[in-house]
Amino acid sequence: MERFLSRLYLALVGIFLAAPIVVVTGVSFNEKQNLAFPPQGFSLHWFAQIFSDPEWLRALIASVLLAVTSAALAVVIALPLAWFLWRRVAPWAQVFQLLGVAPFTLPPVITALGFLTFWATSGFYGQPWTAVIAHAIFFVTLPLVTLTLGFSSIDRSLTEAAATMGADDRTVFRTVVLPLILPYVVSGYAFAFVLSLNEYIVAYMTIGFVRETLPIKVFNALRYGYTPTMAAVSVLFVAVTAAVFGLIARFGDLPRLMGAMSTKD
Amino acid sequence: MRREPARGFVQHLPVIFPGLMLTIFFIVPFGTMVAVSFFRRQQGGFYVPDFVLANYARFLTPFFGNVLIFSLYLAIAVAVVSLIVAVPFTYLIARSRRQTQVIWLVALLSILSLSEVIIGFAWSTLLSRTAGITNLLVWLGLMQAPQALVPGFGAVLTGMVYQAMPYAVLVLYPSMVRLDPTLTEVARTLGASPLKAFFTVVLPALRTTLIATLIMAFIFALGSYLLPQILGRPSHWTLSVLITDQALYQSNMPFAAAMAVFLVLVSLALVSLTMFAGKKLEA
Repeated sequence: MERFLSRLYLALVGIFLAAPIVVVTGVSFNEKQNLAFPPQGFSLHWFAQIFSDPEWLRALIASVLLAVTSAALAVVIALPLAWFLWRRVAPWAQVFQLLGVAPFTLPPVITALGFLTFWATSGFYGQPWTAVIAHAIFFVTLPLVTLTLGFSSIDRSLTEAAATMGADDRTVFRTVVLPLILPYVVSGYAFAFVLSLNEYIVAYMTIGFVRETLPIKVFNALRYGYTPTMAAVSVLFVAVTAAVFGLIARFGDLPRLMGAMSTKD
Repeated sequence: MRREPARGFVQHLPVIFPGLMLTIFFIVPFGTMVAVSFFRRQQGGFYVPDFVLANYARFLTPFFGNVLIFSLYLAIAVAVVSLIVAVPFTYLIARSRRQTQVIWLVALLSILSLSEVIIGFAWSTLLSRTAGITNLLVWLGLMQAPQALVPGFGAVLTGMVYQAMPYAVLVLYPSMVRLDPTLTEVARTLGASPLKAFFTVVLPALRTTLIATLIMAFIFALGSYLLPQILGRPSHWTLSVLITDQALYQSNMPFAAAMAVFLVLVSLALVSLTMFAGKKLEA
């Protein structure tokens, strides 16, 4: 009975979580240009359109470029900071950690408006790279958190042993610390990448009037003319996201990354 | 290698780039926004440096008051419903096998990264008259005719709970999974039913986490921008919608900035309140 009830509860929540994805997937296979569900006919036409229609393709490329570069910049900001906080006794540097976590904790519209006023005042409004910096700062929290966790899991006696054997800081970092921290770098990058790919408001406020990323394009399509292409894009994005996290789970320890203590059961 | 204080320029080098980036691109934009909130608006969408409180004075209008009250009400509703759904769910996941946990976590993270736009689109389809769940109810004979559930408050609430729940689960997960299972075992041995053990042992042990999750979901919901527009009527618009509307379409940057500053203050006040409450509970 107890087992049955808990299974039932999990199933109900599972249905709630899966329902939108099922609908979007169904719509994306429609044969005609409408958003009927259950789908009428079966066609992969809308998936092809993402890559054949120049506007959708441009939005796709813009989104992927933004996600690739901003996630890289976020890691480049987070890695030295997390290393410094782990390596040195420097209470004052905690301020930067707090700053790194703040944008993600506040309502996103704050960061978005901050960047809008900032780029407008400095005269760079509309430049494509402004969105890269905006997303990097907005999502720096994710690599910062995974890397802080990663450093805390390194056994300090390892680095001590290396130092005793005569390795300097640089060598220790390259030969001991970096290999141990690499999975956390990858997962931090992946988190920032996936969230940047799907982010709307910060991208919209920084470059929305100049170019369209995919979420902006989908929202505009939602307002000014439905097409199953937007459903196809959504399916594509969910698939990519699930694949990325699936890979992290396959090659890393996802439960630990999400806060569980023990490594193995 | 022991931790030691950094000495000299070279040892401080690693912190310089992150420090500069965060200062220039977070502190300065934030400061710019605060400054603009005191600027005077000119006709034609521009603004000039000044120190006026007029932008803040506009908060006192009934229109703004209504939007603020609705935003807070919606955020509270979303936070409470998310927590009610997420707590038993996370508890059950945390008790399951490692492999099952991984599958649920991947699913949750995938949903978490879904764009608000896509969530809005999916739920507007699910709740529509032509393609929505009411058709299913009609087919089951539970309803006479299909009905449009969107736009409406229920639709906004559903969409936002859908969006906030994975966050809530991921905040709850670490404490739930680390919770000593002997606690509930003892309660069961002493004759408590599973439900009673859950309410009298598990929940009290996690009260700090529960409050933290509630506040986090609240702040998250307070910042929602797209769903109230896609799933609601203009009367369901939140402060975030109003801020964007003023900044981009009404070209009233100073007023938008003033509202944003206000939103930050509300969020910060709530965060410190949580920390205070958490400390008090621990003591």
